[in-house]
Amino acid sequence: MPQYEPVLLARIHRPDSATIDSYRADGGYQRLGDILRMAPADVTNVVKDSALRGRGGAGFPCGLKWTFLPKDHPGPIYLCINADESEPGTFNNRILMEDDPHQVIEGIILSAFATRASTAYIYLRYEYPQSWHRLQAAIDEAYAAGYLGRNIRGTAFSLDIYLHRGAAAYICGEETGLIESLEGKRAWPRIKPPFPAIEGLFHKPTVVNTIETMACVAQIARRGVEWFKSIGVPADPANPRDPGSYGPKLYCLSGHVEKPGCYEAPLGITARELIDHFGGGVWKGRKAKAVIPGGISMGLMTQSELDTPLDFAGPGRVGCLGLGTAAVVVIDDQTSIVDFLHNSCRFFAHESCGQCTPCREGTSWSLRMLERIKAGKGRLRDLDLLLEIGNTMGMMPGSTICGLADGAAWPIKNAIKKFRGEFEDYIKRTNPSGWMVTDPVPALQIVGAH
Amino acid sequence: MRVLTEELRQRICAEFPKYPTRRAVTLPALHIVHDALRAVSTEAIEDIAELLELHPSDVHDTMTFYNFFRDERHPLGRDRVWVCRSISCMLRGGEELLEELSGKYGVLPGQTTADGRMTLEFAECLGACEGAPCLLVNDECHRDMDLSSATRLIDGLVSG
Ligand SMILES: Cc1cc2nc3c(=O)[nH]c(=O)nc-3n(C[C@H](O)[C@H](O)[C@H](O)COP(=O)(O)O)c2cc1C
Ligand code: SF4
Ligand code: FES
Repeated sequence: MPQYEPVLLARIHRPDSATIDSYRADGGYQRLGDILRMAPADVTNVVKDSALRGRGGAGFPCGLKWTFLPKDHPGPIYLCINADESEPGTFNNRILMEDDPHQVIEGIILSAFATRASTAYIYLRYEYPQSWHRLQAAIDEAYAAGYLGRNIRGTAFSLDIYLHRGAAAYICGEETGLIESLEGKRAWPRIKPPFPAIEGLFHKPTVVNTIETMACVAQIARRGVEWFKSIGVPADPANPRDPGSYGPKLYCLSGHVEKPGCYEAPLGITARELIDHFGGGVWKGRKAKAVIPGGISMGLMTQSELDTPLDFAGPGRVGCLGLGTAAVVVIDDQTSIVDFLHNSCRFFAHESCGQCTPCREGTSWSLRMLERIKAGKGRLRDLDLLLEIGNTMGMMPGSTICGLADGAAWPIKNAIKKFRGEFEDYIKRTNPSGWMVTDPVPALQIVGAH
Repeated sequence: MRVLTEELRQRICAEFPKYPTRRAVTLPALHIVHDALRAVSTEAIEDIAELLELHPSDVHDTMTFYNFFRDERHPLGRDRVWVCRSISCMLRGGEELLEELSGKYGVLPGQTTADGRMTLEFAECLGACEGAPCLLVNDECHRDMDLSSATRLIDGLVSG
């Protein structure tokens, strides 16, 4: 593993790391005045040249997204910062907000300037009260120092940042669910197009980016494109559509490791390196059975897939949904995969917003089947039924509005394909008299179970 | 009938300048009222709707989408304790912890103790997975919990 000095997390252990004085003492905000005298399109080009891809889960190229905004729009244009961070296993944005909020705010100021946004809303999940207090204090400091408000650093640029608190719903992290929620409605994701860049918050052009993306923007502005592109995994020259995986990434490591935590590494580190180098190994001297590569909706890697690079392309090569939030959750060899899948299905059944039938029904049926299997009433044919549910819901089959359904389907598909033997053994062991039953569950019985 | 105090109304109105529509103040208003009154009653919904120039059913629709706000028949206790049941916490005993706390205080997740002191809730990932299993107690996150540390914490609240 190459030597790497943290940048995004460089300041988090300093005393008073959240205050404006300490941020400025470390060089923060110093180039802001100069950059705000550039043309916004030039700032966008810097971010575009850096090949920065969004850190919120989809990995969409950040600068490119900004160029989708209409040119010469009279305004207002909105910037929404996604701090809903609810993907199980994920807490990197919380650390940035709590321990280095000014790095985030500087990134927001630069991004708002580049996109010509005059208002930025930070949509913050309710469960982050500490982030709320720290961010609000930092925003107040930034106003007092003239980095926010009217005519920032004596330029024509003005910006307000408002914190908006969510109410404990995962779907508010989906960018159009977030927009609906901010507008004061239920957080039902919108059918796209129109994409937010054309018609977003309050029907105005809108960019949605996540917190870590903002921190990357701040560092690119300070250190330059060359620095950013010297880190990570370059684009594959044989694949013109591969934008590469450049820059540092915050990996959240949790579950069955000795030292869980948020660790910064170049994109492309492997799960094995993370576990061994940062995590102190699998806990209690055990072995890993499976690893979630990027939040629960990305699915599972087996222990033989642990050398997969965790860049934007790696997890997909072993059948996972993608890099997601780079939240790596380690599952040891004494944990039942049935319990893992039950936990995953329960999460998605709870969080589906309910507006698309395959997702609403698929998530609730898969949970009921997992409850039945867990309770020793499983049948082998349930595994094919589960796979069928997994294969028929989601944006990939094209039957749902947002990506939550794919996130619900992937753990089902990966778990059953990669661990089918374990499911079969479990079902045979716990349901010795009924595992071979192939009759459909009688209709009346299902109705009765409501 | 007006159930919102003048102070609560003023705090809601102070949110207006941040947004181009009044409707966008729905969540902030619900939080302000819910925090102070431990529930959002039908009358409070009507008051909020009047301030926001909405129909009460709009406010009610938004409020009930989030399994977060309590109506007057299910008010919150003085303290709200969320126990994480998502994957990283589950792997380190979060589900057992929730079950044990539920047994110890005689309430199912979602219920409030008979003395009105504590509402127990399950949570989906609290974003503190490095300290699994964890709890959110009102505004404070507590990491690396087990039954005895969680009980000590909750008993401290209850007797306080
Ligand atoms: C169901 C679902 C939940 C999501 N939750 C989050 C979230 O909590 N935080 C986040 O930043 N992005 C989340 N996203 C991704 C956002 O839709 C969006 O792509 C992202 O915020 C864009 O930011 P970026 O370009 O900086 O990555 C979610 C997506 C889906 C489909
Ligand atoms: S896919 Fe699921 S969560 Fe997404 S909009 Fe449809 S029902 Fe809602
Ligand atoms: S899974 Fe419990 S805090 Fe993330």
